[in-house]
Amino acid sequence: MNRSSGGWSLFDARPGKRVLPGFALSMGISLLFISLVLLLPVTGLIAQTAEMSWSQYWAVITDERVIASYKVTLWAAFFASLFNGVAGLLLAWVLVRYEFPGKRIIDALIDLPFALPTAVAGITLAALFAENGWYGQLLALLGIKVAFTPLGIIVAMAFTSLPFVVRTVQPVLEDLAPEDEEAAVTMGASDLTVFRRVVFPALWPALMTGVALSFTRSLGEFGAVIFIAGNMPYVSEITSLMIFIRLQEFDYAAASAIASVVLMASLVLLFSINIWQARYLRRLHGR
Amino acid sequence: MSITLENIDKSFGSFRALRDISLEIPDGELVGLLGPSGSGKTTLLRIIAGLESANAGRILFHGQDVTRLHVRERKVGFVFQHYALFRHMTVADNVAFGLDVLPRRQRPSAAEIRKRVGELLEMVQLSHLADRYPSQLSGGQKQRIALARALAMQPQILLLDEPFGALDAKVRKDLRRWLRNLHDELNFTSVFVTHDQEEALELSDRVVVMSAGQIEQVDQPQALYARPVSQFVFDFLGHVNVLAGEIANQRIAQRDAWIRLPEAVPSGAAQLYLRPHEVRLQLHPVEHAHLPLQVESISLVGAEVRLELRPCGWDAPQLWEVGITHAEYNGWQPQRGDRCFAVPDVGHLFRPDCASPGTFYWG
Repeated sequence: MNRSSGGWSLFDARPGKRVLPGFALSMGISLLFISLVLLLPVTGLIAQTAEMSWSQYWAVITDERVIASYKVTLWAAFFASLFNGVAGLLLAWVLVRYEFPGKRIIDALIDLPFALPTAVAGITLAALFAENGWYGQLLALLGIKVAFTPLGIIVAMAFTSLPFVVRTVQPVLEDLAPEDEEAAVTMGASDLTVFRRVVFPALWPALMTGVALSFTRSLGEFGAVIFIAGNMPYVSEITSLMIFIRLQEFDYAAASAIASVVLMASLVLLFSINIWQARYLRRLHGR
Repeated sequence: MSITLENIDKSFGSFRALRDISLEIPDGELVGLLGPSGSGKTTLLRIIAGLESANAGRILFHGQDVTRLHVRERKVGFVFQHYALFRHMTVADNVAFGLDVLPRRQRPSAAEIRKRVGELLEMVQLSHLADRYPSQLSGGQKQRIALARALAMQPQILLLDEPFGALDAKVRKDLRRWLRNLHDELNFTSVFVTHDQEEALELSDRVVVMSAGQIEQVDQPQALYARPVSQFVFDFLGHVNVLAGEIANQRIAQRDAWIRLPEAVPSGAAQLYLRPHEVRLQLHPVEHAHLPLQVESISLVGAEVRLELRPCGWDAPQLWEVGITHAEYNGWQPQRGDRCFAVPDVGHLFRPDCASPGTFYWG
């Protein structure tokens, strides 16, 4: 954006200022793709809900069972992303700061939840955490039931969205100058203080972004969750499942209505995290 | 507080960064560690600070063994080349950091800390920037804040790792002078690392020249320049003109070039070193020297005119450099490609069998 020359136009190709040509073409293709892949489906979604009146819409999205599913989904996503915030930071820390045999393999394994079909993840987790499964047996001794409870939803959500946190924190951690920590230590700061006052504030924006991505991904998670959740109405039914149920009833409008709520929630969250991060980074980079 | 280093050794894997370094730095001295990159000067500084630990040897502060003491307990001020300011803190918070992180019982009150920070910022003349963030400062300002931050704990020892390396020439000069004044005023012991010989010679009470993990020479700047003990120090301190040849019949010669030595020297291979100011230029050879040269480039900026000269009919490892006054330049008006002859006034002869040079005077 060429602000210095007074107003700027969206299609300002700024001839002669870039080494590589083709701004108009690449911008056109990008916009086309955004339209086809993102905007058009969203428009379709809104168009479908438009078949309903406001009161119908309101009735669908505030149905008691649907409200219960919002609560389950939000709480589960909250705890899953919270867990990922801690576990992801730890993993990123270990992968960046230490050298150990098998580091490359662990680094590659981090992306496994992305590569694995979510249904496969769901079935595997359900088998592991079932009362006769490997983990389930041990947890049963402690009196903890994971499979077919809301706890199972958290496990599934955490599993599928862990890479978001690791992969956003990792590069920032790699870029962190060791001098900052050394400077703090020469001034007498304890290890904990160095982490709390020097390292963490630098990681904070990336960590928040990672956690927010993890959260929004969890809000929409379907495949991994339904196999382990038990799907009891009012107890362990997630919003994505409500959409699916409405679809099975051929009530496309209602399905779209509920989907629009999830979409709005995700968008609001992503936008606010972006705005917050931009402010924080502006302070750091002085723009 | 004096610093004593005894037989410091440090290896990184199979690379031996420091070999048996011993050094005594008296209280209140400003010492420059000078050397090319990879000479181990930064490693040595970090070992003094405790950021790196030596494989062997002892470090003493004021006679007290601190070798096993953690960085935190050594209480030295350390300034980094790239400032290492905390980007998410304001300038004032950066300077206050050392006081802020003191254990509760030793920590001054918030008002006291604010007052100390105010004084420190005044000392570095940047009080007006207290509420800015580091990203809003220039390089010179950042480095002054980094200094204020390091001095907040009133350290007895200040260590600086290439403190002016990332700054432009003008700012570097100002800061250098300013650091010297600060040092004289507060009277701590300072050690700074630099690869800039001009900086080392101008700023230090004594200069430690290092190469390949060893100390080559420790001396006061004037002595270092006047009497370099080795070829390395000679090469490293400013430009040097070299005639490498064979000595026979009291003459050192290489193809078309020769110089008659004022006294008898055993024959064999040798190198004669001549500083730019120890050589004159003439249009004709003299009786005791025949060094044909061709003008390669002329630099008019500065107190004198610097000529770069290419040897004609003989070889030198690098171009010769000779300074002439502007008056001489105006009288002679040399052009690129002009021929002339060098006349040595003072020369330093290095022979393979003796480590230190023999100095000769002509005329």
